[in-house]
Amino acid sequence: MRGTHLAELFDGADPGVADALDVVSGFDEALVPGLARVGAEQQSQLAALAGAVAVTPLRERTREAVEKVAAGSFGDEHLAMLAGARTALLGAVHDALLERLDTALGRPRATWATAEAPAPSVSENLMAGVRSWLREVAIAGWRGVDHDLVSASAQTAEAVLAVPALRRLAVLLDGLAAELRASCPVATMERLPLRRWADLWSRALLLAQPGGLPGSAATPVSGRLLPLGVDVHEHGTAVQVQVHAVLESADVPPRLVRTSLTTAKVETIVGPAVWRLLRGAPVLFKALAEHRALEITDVPLLPGGDLVWQDGSARPGETVEPFATARLHLGTALAPAVPPLERHPVRIAEPVLLEGYAVAVSEEGESRLDVDGQALTVDVARLPGCGPLTPDLVAASSACLGLVRWDGGRWLLQPLAVQVRNRRGTTEAHTADWALGPTDPKVVRAEARAGDAVAVLRERAGRLLRR
Amino acid sequence: MVGWERHSTARVLPPVQPRKLAKVPFVELADGRLQGVVSSGSDVERVYVSSVVAGSHGYSCSTNNNRPCGGLRGTPCKHIQALLEEAVVQYGVARVARYLRIDVDDPDCTDLDLLHRLRGGPESIPAAVVFSRFLRHLAYLEVPESTEPVPELHWFPATRVGR
Repeated sequence: MRGTHLAELFDGADPGVADALDVVSGFDEALVPGLARVGAEQQSQLAALAGAVAVTPLRERTREAVEKVAAGSFGDEHLAMLAGARTALLGAVHDALLERLDTALGRPRATWATAEAPAPSVSENLMAGVRSWLREVAIAGWRGVDHDLVSASAQTAEAVLAVPALRRLAVLLDGLAAELRASCPVATMERLPLRRWADLWSRALLLAQPGGLPGSAATPVSGRLLPLGVDVHEHGTAVQVQVHAVLESADVPPRLVRTSLTTAKVETIVGPAVWRLLRGAPVLFKALAEHRALEITDVPLLPGGDLVWQDGSARPGETVEPFATARLHLGTALAPAVPPLERHPVRIAEPVLLEGYAVAVSEEGESRLDVDGQALTVDVARLPGCGPLTPDLVAASSACLGLVRWDGGRWLLQPLAVQVRNRRGTTEAHTADWALGPTDPKVVRAEARAGDAVAVLRERAGRLLRR
Repeated sequence: MVGWERHSTARVLPPVQPRKLAKVPFVELADGRLQGVVSSGSDVERVYVSSVVAGSHGYSCSTNNNRPCGGLRGTPCKHIQALLEEAVVQYGVARVARYLRIDVDDPDCTDLDLLHRLRGGPESIPAAVVFSRFLRHLAYLEVPESTEPVPELHWFPATRVGR
């Protein structure tokens, strides 16, 4: 990614993006006092949401939903329409932003053409339980959320977690409930994360609709998988390791793909210990830690570009440096289409390589990579604790492999790996360098001092569970 | 750039600090209490369930079989002290003090300072509620891994502790 790419990315504003986001914020503010207490201001904000989708098929039902909320007699289907209209607006914002990024990078992208497979069948009672809790939250409003309301989600959330097909919903509910629990009583909070909580609430409500969890038809693929870098997601009770890679298959151009491993955890398992929780992919982890390619055979590829990892279908290949893969392929590899329900600005995570920059640290402590006079802000808060990347390494780096993201109205770079030049040559640090355990002696010693959190809790679980 | 309110990845919960879990395997700030589970020093099969109520600072301690802790004689027992100590390691002193509504002027105060400022006395708090939350907590370690992508986790970026 050069200065000209960044200039194109930053140049001018997309007409409509800011307006659409203002309408979304209007809805988000209506969730503060709760939908049972909408005043004139909230009513006009909800009307603006209906107006924004007035030229779409959502028009009639969104208008009806807004009227029902104004009249104080709304049901589940009306809340679903409001969440749907908000999601459609953010989907359009996502599309505009991603198209801008693809254009700036010259990145080709597949178009979404897949007929979705039948949704997995799940208990309607369970989904109704989730919707019912989300309705209570919408009625109470964020300001009305208290310990009782948060605790009311516990039983449903536990039941959802027990159904593998509902993992996405379970992880989302847990994340939202933990934030609300820690913020109780929300009425005393000075500031509220309006966009974030409304995002989580809306997505949960859509996933909890009958047939809301899209099934998708996977295609088996084979070839050489070249990892680029690893993005790590984590909240108190979940961790996801998402590998970005290039897939070289016979007869098709190289493609950008991802593969993800998710597991449940507890809050006290943090840092490098999270790698030990993920035990199902030793071949993949070895390749990540040793910078190797992988030969894969008939691994299912979802239409959104996600390989459903099967460790038994992979063999480690020769050493291939991720920076070399990035230099060779990032300019031309085909990016996957984004599944309809995943279209949201938070999902934008495009792998890029930056070189030949100067690092500047602003007065507010923000790091920026300055390439040919164009500055891209580094999101140093996104450096995961399970790997060796630190803000200092980023500041000292001369090349950076990362993900371009967008949040809070601006483009950001999330580093996945850096090259640092020093007297002894060039050293590298990648987020997944410790996939087989920390390699830094200081970190190894600190881990040994703290003891094995996973082992301690498993011992406790063994003695106290199932009695 | 716009306000924190308009960030999808606005950070609500600071990451917790790692700590040794052998003595106090479970600590949480929930249900209006600092509550947790403390391993017995003498019997590996036994744990104590300890809690301190936010605001009133009433406290309680009993075994998981609901037998009251012998160490509670008008002052917090060693289990409650251990709970407070580990909570401060995990969440930081400021977050614990804020949750329990203990006024602290000195941001560098310790768990002992917090202990001395508890105003409440012994209170009956059901151990079963806390113990079942601990069991649910442990049950997370038994949930199988998944290889299906969870796009919702893009709202939850991993971060470094102790920034």
